[in-house]
Amino acid sequence: MKRFIGFVKKEFLHIFRDFRTLIILFGIPTVQILIFGFVVSMDLKDANVAFLDLSNDEITRRISDKICSSGFFRRTDNLRDYKDVDRVMKKGDTRAVIIFGDNFGRDLARSGRATMSIIADGSEPNTATLITNYATAIITDFNRELDRTARIGNILVQPEVRMFYNPGLKGHFMFVPGVITLILILICALMTSITITREKEFGTMEVLLVSPLKPSQIILGKVMPYFLLSFINVILILLLSWLVFGLPVRGSIALLLAESMLYILMSLSLGILISTISKTMQQAIFISLVGLMLPTILLSGFIFPIENMPGIYDVVSSVLPPRYFILIIKNIMIKGAGFSDVWRETLIIALMTAVFIGLSIRNFKVRLQ
Amino acid sequence: MNKVIAASAIGRKFGNTRALENVSFDISESEIFGFIGPDGAGKTTLFRIITTLLLPDEGKMTIMGLDCRTGYRQLRKNIGYMPGRFSLYPDLSVEENLNFYATVFGTTVKENYDLIYDIYSHIEPFKKRLAGKLSGGMKQKLALSCALIHKPGLLVLDEPTTGVDAVSRSEFWVMLKKLRQHNITIVVSTPYMDEAMKCDRVALIQRGRLLSINQPEKIREEFGRKLFSVTAPEKFKLINALRSFPGIRTAYPFGDSVHVTFKEDEFDDSIYKHLDRMGVINARITETKAGIEDSFLELMQKE
Repeated sequence: MKRFIGFVKKEFLHIFRDFRTLIILFGIPTVQILIFGFVVSMDLKDANVAFLDLSNDEITRRISDKICSSGFFRRTDNLRDYKDVDRVMKKGDTRAVIIFGDNFGRDLARSGRATMSIIADGSEPNTATLITNYATAIITDFNRELDRTARIGNILVQPEVRMFYNPGLKGHFMFVPGVITLILILICALMTSITITREKEFGTMEVLLVSPLKPSQIILGKVMPYFLLSFINVILILLLSWLVFGLPVRGSIALLLAESMLYILMSLSLGILISTISKTMQQAIFISLVGLMLPTILLSGFIFPIENMPGIYDVVSSVLPPRYFILIIKNIMIKGAGFSDVWRETLIIALMTAVFIGLSIRNFKVRLQ
Repeated sequence: MNKVIAASAIGRKFGNTRALENVSFDISESEIFGFIGPDGAGKTTLFRIITTLLLPDEGKMTIMGLDCRTGYRQLRKNIGYMPGRFSLYPDLSVEENLNFYATVFGTTVKENYDLIYDIYSHIEPFKKRLAGKLSGGMKQKLALSCALIHKPGLLVLDEPTTGVDAVSRSEFWVMLKKLRQHNITIVVSTPYMDEAMKCDRVALIQRGRLLSINQPEKIREEFGRKLFSVTAPEKFKLINALRSFPGIRTAYPFGDSVHVTFKEDEFDDSIYKHLDRMGVINARITETKAGIEDSFLELMQKE
């Protein structure tokens, strides 16, 4: 036991001596949460729109005021001619132009029908879709108002849409679970595989092997510090997302932390497995980054929904542990789900952990090649 | 005397390369036993087998009464190993390195301080310094202290003096001699022939095979031929001239001079004429005593 404690102490010394390790451990998570939270926002806010109001009557002014007062759009220009549309769009800061035809108000009063167009900048498809959706929603809303006050036109069937769990459709709800998933697997797998291969590279592994330390003690001693630090990381990320983005944890925090521990354990055992198959630090870094980071970002459902993937990617993604952890953590944080809702994913991660540990123990050699 | 290591017909292959072939030797208690040979001769492989890090493909080796295959757990408690690259943690201080190895081997620095005192006292003033910032000689002393801290019965040192300055090298050998008082058997490898003279016995190793095992003095005597040392200002020209002389058997560069043997094993003074003709001026020839390197080259020649 004393041997083991001495070993763990040494590992902590390695971590705290190395400035870069500390940055990777605590700097990257903080920065990622803030970057993903603020920059990669999928929400529409203050998009610049220009108006071409050819009829310029009371109704069109009401509509354009309603659009601009929604908080999603900001009026930049009032155009006079169709020719101007192309000009302002090319300048680049105007995302869309909203056009009311001639005699808009009169047509509407007379026949109950009037046309307007929304021209969006299709070179950024995501923003364009958001703009048209938001604008259409505002106009639909206006229609309803008009319907009630003036009682003209048909009564349309209006679906009422409500977003459960995330009524504001805030992007943070999606990114925080994703970032936790990504950061944990990266830090745990990357850092453990690096520290173990580092001993191989420095030749210190030779002496550790000749020492009376058992392989399990070496592995556990390597993993223990990172387990603790990663756990602190989870708490840090949750605190940060609560304080900065006001993201609540709806389900049980204890369950969330327990699931995180399981996931950390899985990532650590994956790191050990990587270290048993790589001879140098570079190899370990390469496997961890290319083999783990990219699939986690692209295929785990973090950014792109799994449902939209072609069949083969779905199969690939189903062997990725992050996929299941994202589900678990989303369900607990956002939907307030209990263990009975996530036991299946938990079981899958637990099984994967067992497999990784088993393989690592089998691969870890008490001798050199 | 007790045998600390008894190896018979050890063989080891890596793929198709034979790293060791039919290697047999015995090492007695408190002996300083040296393996001398060029890089790639198989010294490190052999040491890894002795330290239970590798298994031999053939043959049998008992170390301190235990089989190297089955007894590795017991053995690992009682072996001190210093690999070719000093296995220190560069980001830990001198003191932390030593303490770490002490705890890992289940002891404390205090307990065996007298054993490492001679070595460690040289570097103790720098105990707060990071190991990565030490000079080669200090690293070597620290690595030796770390390998000794658990008072092993067998100390295995793989090229401990490579990359270390000449003063540190000779100090190091003085320390090794002192360790004998503590009944520690030392197995050491070195590419330096002068260090071979400081061992109790040496084994010459070449291409995975042992050429000879004997006391260094005896190995010199094994040479068995008359040896002459030739010097001239232009050494390169001299060697070529010597090798083109029909009566010459061998001519190897040796420091400032060239060591030659004659086919008839007698000095042939027509060599002066030959050297003159080849344009070598001021050549001086004296009879000399064979060193261990001469014996080694001689044995390689016979192979």
